[in-house]
Amino acid sequence: MQQFFFQRLKNLSNNKFSTNPENKLFKMGDIKQIFNKYPEAGRDNLIPILQDIQSVDGYLSKESIIKVGAHLDIPSSKIFGVATFYNQFRFQPNGKYHVQVCRGTACHVLGSVTVLQEIEKQLKVKAGDTTRDGLFSIEVVACIGACGLAPVIAINGEFYAKVSAASLAEIIESYKNKEDE
Amino acid sequence: MDFTINVNNNEFQATQGETILEVLNKNGIKVPTLCHLKNSMPTGACRMCVVEDEQTGKLITSCSFPANPGMKIKTHSQRVVESRKTIIELLLSNHPDDCLYCVRNKNCELQDLSEEHHVRERRIRGYKNSEKLDLSSASIVRDPEKCVLCGRCVVVCEEVMGVACIDFVNRGNKSIIGTSFNQGLNTSSCINCGQCIMVCPTGALTEKNHFPEIQQALNDPAKRVVIQYAPSISVSMAEELGMEQGKDINGILNAALRKVGFNNVFDSSFSADLTIMEESAELIQRITEGGTLPMITSCCPGWVKYAEEFYSDLIPNLSSCKSPQQMMGAVIKSYFAEQEGLKPEEIYSVAIMPCTAKKFEAQREEMTQAGISDVDAVLTTRELTKFLKLYGVDMFNIKPELTDSPMGFRSTAGKLFGASGGVMEAAIRTAHFKLTGKELVNFQIPQIRGLEKRKEAKMKIGDLELGVAVVNGMANARELLDEIKNGRNDIHFVEVMACPGGCIGGGGQHIGTSHEQLKARMKTLYKIDENETLKVSHKNPEIIELYDNFLGEAGGHKSHELLHTKYKKREVMI
Ligand code: SF4
Ligand code: SF4
Ligand code: SF4
Ligand code: FES
Ligand code: FES
Repeated sequence: MQQFFFQRLKNLSNNKFSTNPENKLFKMGDIKQIFNKYPEAGRDNLIPILQDIQSVDGYLSKESIIKVGAHLDIPSSKIFGVATFYNQFRFQPNGKYHVQVCRGTACHVLGSVTVLQEIEKQLKVKAGDTTRDGLFSIEVVACIGACGLAPVIAINGEFYAKVSAASLAEIIESYKNKEDE
Repeated sequence: MDFTINVNNNEFQATQGETILEVLNKNGIKVPTLCHLKNSMPTGACRMCVVEDEQTGKLITSCSFPANPGMKIKTHSQRVVESRKTIIELLLSNHPDDCLYCVRNKNCELQDLSEEHHVRERRIRGYKNSEKLDLSSASIVRDPEKCVLCGRCVVVCEEVMGVACIDFVNRGNKSIIGTSFNQGLNTSSCINCGQCIMVCPTGALTEKNHFPEIQQALNDPAKRVVIQYAPSISVSMAEELGMEQGKDINGILNAALRKVGFNNVFDSSFSADLTIMEESAELIQRITEGGTLPMITSCCPGWVKYAEEFYSDLIPNLSSCKSPQQMMGAVIKSYFAEQEGLKPEEIYSVAIMPCTAKKFEAQREEMTQAGISDVDAVLTTRELTKFLKLYGVDMFNIKPELTDSPMGFRSTAGKLFGASGGVMEAAIRTAHFKLTGKELVNFQIPQIRGLEKRKEAKMKIGDLELGVAVVNGMANARELLDEIKNGRNDIHFVEVMACPGGCIGGGGQHIGTSHEQLKARMKTLYKIDENETLKVSHKNPEIIELYDNFLGEAGGHKSHELLHTKYKKREVMI
């Protein structure tokens, strides 16, 4: 029976959750307040709860997943399974510089696969991960509305247009230099 | 309601609620399946079992689709056969073709499927996942490259074992089976039961193997290499060797193990008797001195770990007795060593177990004396068969032999440990004698025999009415444990075995063990009990000798040092 439930959960449409601005009021990691928002703690609330936590913490930590599991009575492996099914969840805190790589159609046509590979190579981490020094994290995003500038990346909200392997190296270097100053 | 469905232009009888697959199987038609697991909800994940619905023209999954009146089905039309073949080719498209080097070579459902469907070339080349081997667990090795994502392990782990430490992680071609945060299995709540191995169609799940260490010990002239085998082993191997199912091969096994080069062969049923002596003493003490009740058995290392993780408030209820494997190990490296004039470190002690969790148990810190493990290596029943083959032992042309003294003699009570209910039955026999000074009139306790998931009985022992319960299959145990936690107090003694049916259905037994085989194994154990005369542990002459010469009294100081232990709450990702 349970597994049907999870199947269903996984089949839920992959809607991006619009972040509730109120959430920003929560203290980092203060999960209780999030739980209080859902008085009828049921498994149906799993995704919204995870979304709320991510919107506060920026990612889903082990601790928070265990807490959610205990609260909803779901094994943490199942929560992790459900969460990894969706692209929207992260499991590491964002780096100081959060690199968003557009994988929308226009960027795809103009070679965003190579862009992503190049960034992963240069930072030595995969999309979804954060570098060990906590400086950079990579996120794959759908069209970010700058198709004319494809292929596009954004770092902490700043856009970089028509990127190439060479320009990427420069861009990354410039952020590293910022640190050294 | 009964009706008929038309299959390949024949009318087949069907009953409301049956799946198409069930109707087909009843009528002698085989349809290949992969994700399907008997007695579990169908997931319909692999589509291997598709058949053609002639009315709608659709391919439907027979394992999950109910038979409906008037249905017209084709099971092997060109379209069906081709689509099945394509599914197999897709599964193979990212498979590492290293059958020759694989533990499941010649015993692999993926091989069977591709052979049955005449797959002769690689038409499709797929994205290969490059997930690493997970060697973190003391019992289970996971090789994600060989995983075909059938999900059977996930279902068993959750529904049968109530553990749910693994699930599908990621999606699409990045899907894998993993723990939470995709960490090593050793950080998860996995109880090492091996039931996932039992259902895995491929070599993606296997036990951690200790062959090299054992061989090294066998080749080391300075080592005395001794071996013990669990009560269920001698009745669980016959099918694999091509003998009649459930046959007891005890004597042959002794001889075979000596042929391989083990210096001494002991029977863990002896230490099962020893466990009964200690455990019944503990039970009586708890009852008469007001200790924590109900007392719960602790012979099953899968259950012990489960208790440490999920029921830590019941740890005081766990019997402090070590399991028969560990008691035997402890006695070998003390009593036996003393008798033979050996130092404990000169002995290499191997155990053959129906169980992968025993590998975990053997390396627990609680199971050592002054830094030396009670048991050095554990082989599963499966591995034993391979080991015997390696050493060229012909099991058909070999004369039965006896086990070694002083730890080879057993009562039938000890032998009963192999099946669910056996520990309880053996313990009651001895507790009855200890409490009343008289033997039971009837040794058999039918209420707690059999394969049912839960068995309960009220036993009259003198003036005492003892409530006993026996559960097997960890998920079933949960229900009873919750009742106890919620205040149920008419139960004084509980036997818990993690695997369905007890050790005869353990996760170290041969892959593909059927319900019929389980029944046959159980029947043989009861037959042994019926036919032999020494039916109680406390009359085992070698046990009496062990207490007289070495241990003193059951539950005494020396016993506590060697044969008892303590458990505590374990922090894992639940
Ligand atoms: S799992 Fe099966 S098909 Fe795969 S390598 Fe092993 S034996 Fe061969
Ligand atoms: S060994 Fe048992 S508990 Fe561990 S993953 Fe396999 S089925 Fe689950
Ligand atoms: S590990 Fe085995 S049982 Fe589990 S999904 Fe993979 S192939 Fe199936
Ligand atoms: S596709 Fe990349 S910005 Fe639109
Ligand atoms: S066996 Fe029917 S869908 Fe997998």
